[in-house]
Amino acid sequence: MEQYTLNIIVVGLSFALYIGIAIWARAGSTSEFYAAGRGVHPVVNGMATAADWMSAASFISMAGLLAFGGYQTSLFLMGWTGGYVLLALLLAPYLRKFGKYTVPEFVGDRFYSKAARIVAVVCLLAASITYVIGQMKGVGVAFSGFLNISYSTGLWIGAGIVAVYAVLGGMKGITYTQVAQYCVLIFAYTIPAIFISLQLTGNFLPQIGLFGTHLESGQPLLAKLDEVVTQLGFTQYTAHTTSTLNMVLYTASLMIGTAGLPHVIVRFFTVPRVADARWSAGWALVFIAILYTTAPAVGAMARLNFITTVYPGGDITQPLEMEARPNWMKNWEATGLLTIEDKNGDGKIDFTADEATNEVTKLDRDIMVLANPEIAGLPGWVIALVVAGGLAAALSTAAGLLMAISSAVSHDLIKGVFNPNISEKSELMAARISMLVAIVIATLLGLNPPGFAAQVVALAFGIAAASLFPVILLGIFSKRINKQGAIAGMLAGLLSTLLYIFAYKGWFFIPGTAFATTPILGIAPEAFGAVGAIINFIVAFVVSNATEETPEEIQELVESIRVPKGAGAATGH
Amino acid sequence: MADKSSSNAYWKANVRLIQVCLVIWALVSFGFGIILRPMLMGIKVGGADLGFWFAQQGSIFVFLVLIFVYAWRMNQLDREHGVEE
Repeated sequence: MEQYTLNIIVVGLSFALYIGIAIWARAGSTSEFYAAGRGVHPVVNGMATAADWMSAASFISMAGLLAFGGYQTSLFLMGWTGGYVLLALLLAPYLRKFGKYTVPEFVGDRFYSKAARIVAVVCLLAASITYVIGQMKGVGVAFSGFLNISYSTGLWIGAGIVAVYAVLGGMKGITYTQVAQYCVLIFAYTIPAIFISLQLTGNFLPQIGLFGTHLESGQPLLAKLDEVVTQLGFTQYTAHTTSTLNMVLYTASLMIGTAGLPHVIVRFFTVPRVADARWSAGWALVFIAILYTTAPAVGAMARLNFITTVYPGGDITQPLEMEARPNWMKNWEATGLLTIEDKNGDGKIDFTADEATNEVTKLDRDIMVLANPEIAGLPGWVIALVVAGGLAAALSTAAGLLMAISSAVSHDLIKGVFNPNISEKSELMAARISMLVAIVIATLLGLNPPGFAAQVVALAFGIAAASLFPVILLGIFSKRINKQGAIAGMLAGLLSTLLYIFAYKGWFFIPGTAFATTPILGIAPEAFGAVGAIINFIVAFVVSNATEETPEEIQELVESIRVPKGAGAATGH
Repeated sequence: MADKSSSNAYWKANVRLIQVCLVIWALVSFGFGIILRPMLMGIKVGGADLGFWFAQQGSIFVFLVLIFVYAWRMNQLDREHGVEE
């Protein structure tokens, strides 16, 4: 059977499964729509959270980043998992006890202020909308690259599938679809990794294979990799060559940002009890860790495999003949993600760190995961599975983000601010309409992705880390922080982070408007979120202490969210 | 509703546990994985060093243990202080 037909069959089957789940898990009330009726088992919720969290970036791009960045890029591994410790210890149980539906609702109630709630809605929308564009782009790319369907048609098909289960089932439909999507994506990610680890190290667990022995040379795998990359003039794979301060702050920003992203936080509103919220964060990290501990092995092995393909046997004096290059290289050259140019006309491929003589002129990092099954010579159905896995990762994250966006609009703006007396039935209708509108807007943005699509993820994390995380944390752990402190803190964190990012990347990412070049103390714009968070904390403290005491009833609210007892009552509304 | 002094003691115990967990959290990631890596260079782990292992895998395993230990211990504390659901 042709690869194309196989891809269509496997992707079609996975989509049929998602639609089937959607019909089974329709939402009948606002509680089901916003929080899946708070009846989701903690392990199931953990799995859904993992799919929600792991996007096209985790599935497709991360291993490629690791393959070419080496040790430095460990910051993505630590940053995107360490946030779950913060969530489990500092936020999830208390927000579950609070027992409402959205993050801005907590901010508004705890700081007894509609203004604070609106600032939180703005932060949430800015973070979620920028994030969702990247997911929609991933869906379009997967369709156009593998299924011979045009980018725009592919995007509308993907949006249509999400619309069916998100509009129909809300959080309930999304949760159960995400469980299926997790299974598809984790299977697709680990199968090729296991085969490649077996081929290279004889160990079927990639996690152990990474630190195992390279069968061909008898050396440790990482030592072999260090040896060949340095021979070709690249930096040593395991060496630390960048600024330590930047790496620490970058890691911290990703951790704090993870814990502050609303679409992740709301997942913990769906479990029945406070104790379940604690367990569920652990289960989420278990399911995430399966992919995140496989990724460094995939990255290192892909890098080594690529080099030994170009230099058979690892002999750097004997590069591969142009004519003898394998089919997968030719396939990827056709997509434009890989370009090989025989500069010196010797009919051989020279792959080096030197720009002038390097003949692999373009090597897109995203190829590493997508081409893995082909490089390892795995059967066609594995390749098809990887396509379905990439789509599952992008769709599940898009759905989670759209859920956060639509509930902020229907619950926080329409019910919370404009029309508090809205009936449950009308609110449910409003939630469904906002979901549909959010999907259409996200699709339109995905059709014409702004040029800055790659940079906006940094923005999303920066906003979440600098604005939302600190006020939620202070709202739980300090009774002294009042309305004025929270609003001033959020604005200070948000504006300082935006200013720093725009200073180096241009106002609203418009090329040519950047006005700073050398980062202060070597801190990259992507790493500034942690600094923004510190600014938020300080401003919130100073302003709160200079203004009024928090009212008695708010102090009681804080007392009550700190103890699990009584959360059952919150499920009934 | 639990009385005030009991729920104060519960909150203090919770904050103490959080502090211990976060110190370990920072030590394995920012510490062993990044800042203290040069000091751990001598300890070899399969072709790399202990700091590299912590940065790429070890810290994630420790994060997992931390969350489950916290959840287990908090559920105990909930019962000891009579604030469980």
